[in-house]
Amino acid sequence: MTSDIAAILAIDGIATGAVYALVAIGTVLIFTVTRVIFIPFGDIAAFTALTLAALDAKRFPGTGALVVILACLATLIEISSLLRNGELRLLPRALLFYLVIPLAVVGAAWLAMRADPPLAIRLVLALMLITPIAPLLDRIVFRPIADGTVLLLLTVSVALHFALVGLGLLFFGPEGVRTEPLTSLSTEFAGVLISGQTMLIVIAALVFSGLLYLFFDFTLVGKSLRATAVNRTGSRLMGIRPARAGTIAYLLGSLMAGVSGILIAPVNTVFYDSGFLIGLKAFVGAIVGGMTSYPGAAIGAVGVGILESFASFESSALKDVIVFSLLIPVLIWRSLASLHSEEEIEE
Amino acid sequence: MSEMFSMRDVTVCYDNVEAVRNVSLSVEEGQIVTVIGPNGAGKTTLLMAAIGLLASRGRMVFQGGDIGKMSVEDRVERRLCLVPEKRELFSDMSVADNLLLGSYSLRDRSGVQTTLDEVYDRFPRLKERQRQAAGTLSGGERQMLALGRALMAKPKLLMLDEPSLGLAPLIVREIFRTIASLRDLGVSILLVEQNARAALETADYGYVLETGEVVQSGPAKDLIHDPRLITAYLGGH
Repeated sequence: MTSDIAAILAIDGIATGAVYALVAIGTVLIFTVTRVIFIPFGDIAAFTALTLAALDAKRFPGTGALVVILACLATLIEISSLLRNGELRLLPRALLFYLVIPLAVVGAAWLAMRADPPLAIRLVLALMLITPIAPLLDRIVFRPIADGTVLLLLTVSVALHFALVGLGLLFFGPEGVRTEPLTSLSTEFAGVLISGQTMLIVIAALVFSGLLYLFFDFTLVGKSLRATAVNRTGSRLMGIRPARAGTIAYLLGSLMAGVSGILIAPVNTVFYDSGFLIGLKAFVGAIVGGMTSYPGAAIGAVGVGILESFASFESSALKDVIVFSLLIPVLIWRSLASLHSEEEIEE
Repeated sequence: MSEMFSMRDVTVCYDNVEAVRNVSLSVEEGQIVTVIGPNGAGKTTLLMAAIGLLASRGRMVFQGGDIGKMSVEDRVERRLCLVPEKRELFSDMSVADNLLLGSYSLRDRSGVQTTLDEVYDRFPRLKERQRQAAGTLSGGERQMLALGRALMAKPKLLMLDEPSLGLAPLIVREIFRTIASLRDLGVSILLVEQNARAALETADYGYVLETGEVVQSGPAKDLIHDPRLITAYLGGH
């Protein structure tokens, strides 16, 4: 391998890693706030790419129907929960959050589609359509078992992923899509050609990570999410509702996954089931970072991207094996390095 | 004085064991009420039920409204606050962020800075350490932070669980001085303590809890001279 090829592989790896980093940061965000390892994040990313491709082809994406069905289900579950707890006074609010807002988003996207919107608007529409999915899934699937063990939540999360893959096939069909590059610019750096799309991926990852950092450090809502992650009982005693913190975490996480889906769509062909590998590689990155640290997850995810890039050059057939084998030494190192406390065992 | 908070025949169960049985107590506006008793008497359980972290049977009234079925967060929004025994600080976050989060439940944000200044005036040590992570504070400072954080919510009733636990005598005195001074601000206080003497010296009224039941109650100045309590809890002199 020459240094030129190594440089090209490294740049390619950083770009792929940046996409994984966005999903990994979302995974850490959801895990720390809700204790759910949200495996379907990759599916959210893939669905965003499929949604954007449908919008590009002037078709209304299946995401609309998916959101409507999830919104109806979530509303029914919320109403039955309010009835059970004798909290019917909260009904208008529940209807607004679980029915009116998601349906309004789908309606707005449908109306906007008729005006043949430019690319920038289509990107916004794709993100708008995708962001309600994870919070609605949270209400339907995870909220009723919020006090369960991490293992139970993980098992349900895996099952949910398979359900979503099935729904993906139903709503988006079996064809793969590849969207137009968001930019056709390119530049040369140290003799290596870097495409505008690659730069855009890295810049977007940096910008969104930076925005998340500002949100966590400078807003009360961001701090309340961190507080819920650090100490759930303590945050409840401050009046911070874990369910609401969870919803915000899912919204933000879906936005990150959605952005990564938009960024990856022009580079890779995305199918209804492509999300699993994206999510799993981001998950490996997050584990390398310890599942609780955002910079750790981002660095881990970029590392996974670079490893994958070099592995695919050495042996394309074994690249996934090589990437996932990384987990073994990392887990051994982590289990040797961390001291188990009694609290963790109770957990 | 009007009644701020009351419990009537409150029972709390862990699985099938009754940790607290038919307890009734009340706290008047601006009053410090203490619950003393030995380890395992159910004091902490009582406060956990009062804030809603544990389910309970019986009636609980706060400022005239039944709060028995309310969530923890709804109780906190009505300005019923608990400083738990474990403090439950946000250890990775700065002292300033911990205090700011104390005000999370306040809808009107206009007075938050003033309250923060008041807390810093009351605990100058916290101001010195405002950028430091809460997890790096000493035991006394952590208790000050837990108290300060609760004060940020402008509580009407502040419930304190063992505020003197594990602290040096000098710090304990400071903490009790602070508790007494809160009464002057009009905050009602429900204080659970093993340090019975310090608690009764500070409080207006006291309840004695043994094996989950109230066995004695009365004005704190009477209880402190009660021969039985002196032998059992007050060091026998």
